[in-house]
Amino acid sequence: MDAHAAIHELTAAFAKGAALPLAVTEDYLARIGALDAKVGAYLTVTRDEALAAARASEARYRAGTPLSPLDGAPLAIKDVFCTAGVRTTCGSKILETFVPPYDATIVERLRKAGAVLLGKTNMDEFAMGSSTEHSAFHLTRNPWDLARVPGGSSGGSAAAVAGGLAAGGFGTDTGGSVRQPAAFCGIVGFKPTYGRVSRYGLIAFASSLDHVSPFALDIHDTALLLGAVAGHDPLDATSIDVPVPDYAAVLGAGVKGLRIGVPDEYFEAGLDPEIDRAVRAAVDVLRDLGATVEPVSLPTTSYGVATYYVVAPAEASSNLARYDGVKYGLRVPGKDLIDMVSRTRAAGFGAEVKRRIMLGTYALSAGYHDAYYGQAQKVRTLVRQDFERAFERVDVLAAPTTPGVAFRHGEKADPLAMYMNDVYTVPASMTGLPAVSVPCGFSDAGLPIGMQLIGRTLDEATLLRAAHAYEQATPWRARHPSLA
Amino acid sequence: MISRQDVEHVARLARLALTDAERERMREQLDGILAYIDTLRALDTSATEPTSHAVPLVNVMRDDENRPCLGQDAALANAPERSGAFFRVPKILEEGPGEPS
Repeated sequence: MDAHAAIHELTAAFAKGAALPLAVTEDYLARIGALDAKVGAYLTVTRDEALAAARASEARYRAGTPLSPLDGAPLAIKDVFCTAGVRTTCGSKILETFVPPYDATIVERLRKAGAVLLGKTNMDEFAMGSSTEHSAFHLTRNPWDLARVPGGSSGGSAAAVAGGLAAGGFGTDTGGSVRQPAAFCGIVGFKPTYGRVSRYGLIAFASSLDHVSPFALDIHDTALLLGAVAGHDPLDATSIDVPVPDYAAVLGAGVKGLRIGVPDEYFEAGLDPEIDRAVRAAVDVLRDLGATVEPVSLPTTSYGVATYYVVAPAEASSNLARYDGVKYGLRVPGKDLIDMVSRTRAAGFGAEVKRRIMLGTYALSAGYHDAYYGQAQKVRTLVRQDFERAFERVDVLAAPTTPGVAFRHGEKADPLAMYMNDVYTVPASMTGLPAVSVPCGFSDAGLPIGMQLIGRTLDEATLLRAAHAYEQATPWRARHPSLA
Repeated sequence: MISRQDVEHVARLARLALTDAERERMREQLDGILAYIDTLRALDTSATEPTSHAVPLVNVMRDDENRPCLGQDAALANAPERSGAFFRVPKILEEGPGEPS
């Protein structure tokens, strides 16, 4: 099979006997062996487990009893998800040797669907970053241009899927960490509604913002991956107890009559003109397919990054208090308990994680809480109200995913410059609204561009329908990077 | 403007042993980031309620009953140091006159 075959193409071939799960998994493992030294997508390749899962899948197809449309699909999983018996580092030295005693809920659900997990992928340490350069272990390179970043924080999974080193994958999106790398790598990244997918077994960064999110080569696969993991989980108190639609069944319904809003504030100064043109052309395609298009305003857009960089670090400073050298991970000896904890954290965390812990601790500390954290939570309400007003008039918002294309390694060494890259993705994070980045063209230099569609709470189905209609009407899905 | 003393105070609260060079760098970087965050003060939020969560869920309850959980060995398997059935840590309290031992 082709290295860039979609999951639905692979599993249809398995069902017909035109391809075999074990041979396909062996192909992926061989490509990882040959090419991942260039890309750096994986932190851990689980070769033996993958081969065993592929053999079991093959036996099920032989018996005519595949478990799901994902049975035998080779996937890449961000190293932020706990995997029983398989090292889970979160991209950090502080968890370099951590071996979880249990599976995250999404990992368990993927196994039950018959998926083959190829390995754990590289990421910015504790999911803090937009380039995967903050991994404590190694760089990940964008398969379209190895001198550039794949985006982040879920850059390893994005690079694996784009580079033919996995057929699909999972990451987490806290401020854009799946949509942005999907845009940079020319694939689909889908952040569902907050609470749609269980976060149990996901190593926490910012608990009110962390979203489990799939990467895929096309929208059909996105629907299958999302459907396999979505739904209530009693082990996550924030997971929403509502039925999950059959997402694959809504594809093909088209966009006739769909009302699309184009937010003015997402096309202002700072947006790369090539992206501006590509996204506007994509909106024209949706109009030609029968959608109506109108401008809308989200006036607080420019405050999103400042709000996010108070709320997320504040939550992180609390969540990361658990890394104390006692229960798991690194320990550096000290003269007493506090000294041991302080030395352990100093040695175990990288510069960006320390920066965010300091920022969050400051924003929550006595005398500053109301001015920073309190004010940011109120602005979060204003951001939400912007979207509520827009969704009175339209069904879906269409915008760029990122202000620029994939940048070079080292190009954004200033932390604030890196944060500004999240300007178009943080609003949907803070409001918990579903949002997808879908490929919508290439820059003159041949780098992928993503269009972001944002939908109403729990209305993933409409987003998938619109993204599918767009994808089927455009040629982008057929282009792939060449790593050989 | 954030001071060296602020950085030292926050580092202590966060249990981070920073080097001198790290403290100065942190002060400069936090100063820049906080100056940007200060743009939020321009917004009038006097009549706005805070949002702590995108999807408001309250009082998620379950029955108070025994359920399977991790065994002791599994829970302790990643501990840097253990002592029998316990996590082992350095001493927490100084022993002094009059304190219970």
